[in-house]
Amino acid sequence: MKTTNVMIVGVGGQGSLLASKLLGNLLTEEGYDVKVSEVHGMSQRGGSVVTYVRYGDKVYSPIVTEGECDYIISFEKLEAARYAGCLRKGGKIIVNTQQIDPMPVITGAAVYPENVLETLKEQGFDIDDFDALSPAMEAGSAKAVNIVLMGHFAAHSGISEEKWLAALERTVPAKFLEMNRKAFSLGFHG
Amino acid sequence: MKKLLIGNEAVAWGLYHGGLSVISSYPGTPSTEITEFLSKHDDIHTEWAPNEKVACETAFGASLAGVRSACAMKHVGLNVAADPLFTLSYTGVTGGMVICVADDPAMHSSQNEQDSRHYAIASKVPMLEPADSAEAYAFARSAFALSEEYDTPVLLRMCTRIAHSQCLVEMGEREDAPRKAYVKQPSKYIMMPAYAKAKHPLVEERTEKLKALAENCAYNRVEDRGSDIGIITSGCSYLYVKEVLGDRVSILKIGMPNPLPEKMIRDFAAKVKKLYVIEELDPVIENHVKSLGIDCVGKALFSPVGEFSQHSIREAFRKEGVDVGEIPEAQGTAPQVPGRPPMMCAGCPHRGMFYTLAKNHITVLGDIGCYTLGAVAPLNALDSTLCMGASVSGIHGFNLATGGETEGKTVAVIGDSTFMHSGMTGLVNIAYNASNSTVIILDNSITGMTGHQQNPTTGYNIKGDPAAKVDLEALCKALGIQRVRVVDPYNLKECEQAVKEELAVAEPSVIISRRPCVLLKYVKPKAPLKVDAEKCRACKRCMGLGCPAISMKEGKARIDRTLCVGCGVCEQLCPFGAIGEE
Repeated sequence: MKTTNVMIVGVGGQGSLLASKLLGNLLTEEGYDVKVSEVHGMSQRGGSVVTYVRYGDKVYSPIVTEGECDYIISFEKLEAARYAGCLRKGGKIIVNTQQIDPMPVITGAAVYPENVLETLKEQGFDIDDFDALSPAMEAGSAKAVNIVLMGHFAAHSGISEEKWLAALERTVPAKFLEMNRKAFSLGFHG
Repeated sequence: MKKLLIGNEAVAWGLYHGGLSVISSYPGTPSTEITEFLSKHDDIHTEWAPNEKVACETAFGASLAGVRSACAMKHVGLNVAADPLFTLSYTGVTGGMVICVADDPAMHSSQNEQDSRHYAIASKVPMLEPADSAEAYAFARSAFALSEEYDTPVLLRMCTRIAHSQCLVEMGEREDAPRKAYVKQPSKYIMMPAYAKAKHPLVEERTEKLKALAENCAYNRVEDRGSDIGIITSGCSYLYVKEVLGDRVSILKIGMPNPLPEKMIRDFAAKVKKLYVIEELDPVIENHVKSLGIDCVGKALFSPVGEFSQHSIREAFRKEGVDVGEIPEAQGTAPQVPGRPPMMCAGCPHRGMFYTLAKNHITVLGDIGCYTLGAVAPLNALDSTLCMGASVSGIHGFNLATGGETEGKTVAVIGDSTFMHSGMTGLVNIAYNASNSTVIILDNSITGMTGHQQNPTTGYNIKGDPAAKVDLEALCKALGIQRVRVVDPYNLKECEQAVKEELAVAEPSVIISRRPCVLLKYVKPKAPLKVDAEKCRACKRCMGLGCPAISMKEGKARIDRTLCVGCGVCEQLCPFGAIGEE
């Protein structure tokens, strides 16, 4: 099987580590060779973060580069645009429509581009954009955005919802399981 | 069963299953998780030391007493631990000893890109370098036996991509490594000239033996594909090469970068028409190959700067006319978008102090930690960041050079953990050499940037159990500083008054800016604040804080209630009383 490449991108602190852990747990159980590359340290302080997940028969490199990515899962609009060059022809971007201003925008040194997703769509990018924050709040916490997004991705993944839910149970602490189940379900069916 | 592990967890399991008894470390990205994962085991001793030198020497003491020991650090930490390392090479070990060092090519979270392999060569200590988590486990585990058999500490070199990438690892069981009885051995362990002179030739002999091992060991291997192209590579560079060229080329994969094999390289080179050496950072293997009189292409094609990727390797070989298989086709080009640099969190206790310093145009010698982010806009509060502790030592030199001109308008800032690491000695120097310098200890009660590790000032140990707590005020006084005061960085008036008063007096002083990191679990956020749009006159004074929760929307300041923790610093700045509780 050809290697599938996924990038989970967002803003440090949005919970991309848990999202990649969930995907890693699922894919291991499915019997794939898996590599996941995480980000620790300085960039976690509100910076742009990217996590790579690669799976297939045999995976060597832990990272994904230009034109290789099958799915970009973005927690924020600007970040989807930042990494769009990694998407392969025919790949898909799943993006939360939340806008989080980076510091250069806050200070006025730069402008948050208007209609950033529409521009990408016009360029031919396949974009599945939706509001993941509202379902996360409905599930019980703004922090569940990560699981809502993974639920939405799951619908494209070719792996059953039951298997995803089993992986979710193995990944999140018991006391947050119900909230995350709900978040996942809202993402999956949303 | 196979488990998905990041490289650092794999190292932790490898050390544990290899019979580790004691590990002492100082946190540093990308090495921190090795010791954190080990701290979950109750049958071994794990600890955070105040710095890497102490950690390495603790591991030495444990080895001397007969158990298998380790320490872990980032690349620049090995600079601090270099002193014990070079002489440990002479003494050798009793219990096996492993020094884990994690390099950070591309400087994801570091101040330089130094290549730790030079330390292995300079100290004449064997070094192992895994390419993924499975090798990290195997190499860490086997390093103890290597250490004991060759009577030497062993360096285990990681890099960010290996340390923080998960892959599948097949694990074994913990090996029993009982403590060896302690025997006094002066000629082995007392490194005064008479004994050390006798030791040096033995170190050279050991290197010869290790070179022989390098020719025939599990760490170095050849993948002979009968190709005209041969590649010598190591670490994650190997993964990128495999990704791009697969089984189409012959590869000599080096897992022991010091000492390097000679015959193995000669034999490999003789079988191929064109030889490439692909290694991140410095041309260590390349120089060795060239020293054998063998022609190869290395840094001429593969940069000594930053990280590689399958993309960079693919592009390099494409230009060489080598078949690189299918070339990925991108959907399109990413648009130019504003950068998103890391920044201090909303409610970060460092912000109030940095705002005060920037407002008063103070020259600030900075240090290593979250507070290095005080350097970015709009605060732009820092003038220098060099290495751990350099703020405190540096301000003394700075003030000396200006003949007193800068004393009243310069401070050093250093975090609590960094002060414990190597700020104390600089402060002693300030007191001892009567430097009229002001040091601000940014005490957020945790080691922050590396992800919340305890340290000697927090009152807790690595397991979260209560521990002896350094009294910073008493410590600074004991070091010879008479003027020591504590301020709350959430109180701007208090900060400004303290800074102005301490800079005005003609004697050394310490201001402890104390408030726990807002991300600590026990710190409960207050209700978020709100801007009254009626009262806001868009003067943008609050914007000068660089708080990620505050932005200008529709001509008025607005506070993001999901980010705001109610620290109240912006409220104190607003001249129109527009900011308050909801």
